Amino acid sequence: MKIMFFGIAKELAGGATLEITEKPGTVGQFREWLIRQYPAMRELRKVMIAVNKTYATDEQTIADDDEIAVIPPLSGG
Amino acid sequence: MESLIKIVSDIQTEEAIRFVESPGSGGVVTFIGTVRNQTKGKPVLKLFFESYEPMAILEMEKIAQQAFEQWDVQRIAIIHAIGEKLPGEEVVVIAVAAPHRGAAFSACQYAIDTLKETVPIWKQEFFEDGAVWVAAHP
Repeated sequence: MKIMFFGIAKELAGGATLEITEKPGTVGQFREWLIRQYPAMRELRKVMIAVNKTYATDEQTIADDDEIAVIPPLSGG
Repeated sequence: MESLIKIVSDIQTEEAIRFVESPGSGGVVTFIGTVRNQTKGKPVLKLFFESYEPMAILEMEKIAQQAFEQWDVQRIAIIHAIGEKLPGEEVVVIAVAAPHRGAAFSACQYAIDTLKETVPIWKQEFFEDGAVWVAAHP
């Protein structure tokens, strides 16, 4: 499964992309994994998860070939 | 109802305005976002913008679609810049053309407000003593 990191999340993860073999199951479980891996992400104001370029809910299940993106607080405009 | 949605290195304001102008429009409302030279009194040297481009384009298209559904507007252009930007430089332009000005003002305000909330773009502010990702922490 491919994970993409942006903005401050990219700095906290130490890179823009990561390939993992764990199968998180749901977006909520992926969030728990993320905080275990990178505890500093807990300090961010808000983290959204996008699955296949769409904002996902915690209940949503993740498939092996999904593109997961870790979206830290937005600051465009 | 046509839209021009782009992420670019250098904003061309005229491109957005030219795109939305049409004989049926009674007016064009344009918002141009630029780099402010200070934050809370601290001089800003530059900003750096990055995006999750394919998703950002999708979210910008949703904004245009929502605006078309809510107001009587004819054309919308939303162009956002990425990369390094210096104080005074343009980072976003939104142009909306409508038969009447009220709809154009409302749709343009909706577009910039929603862009800030939903479009995956991030900016880093560079000061003399370091850099921060804007709004990342509470």
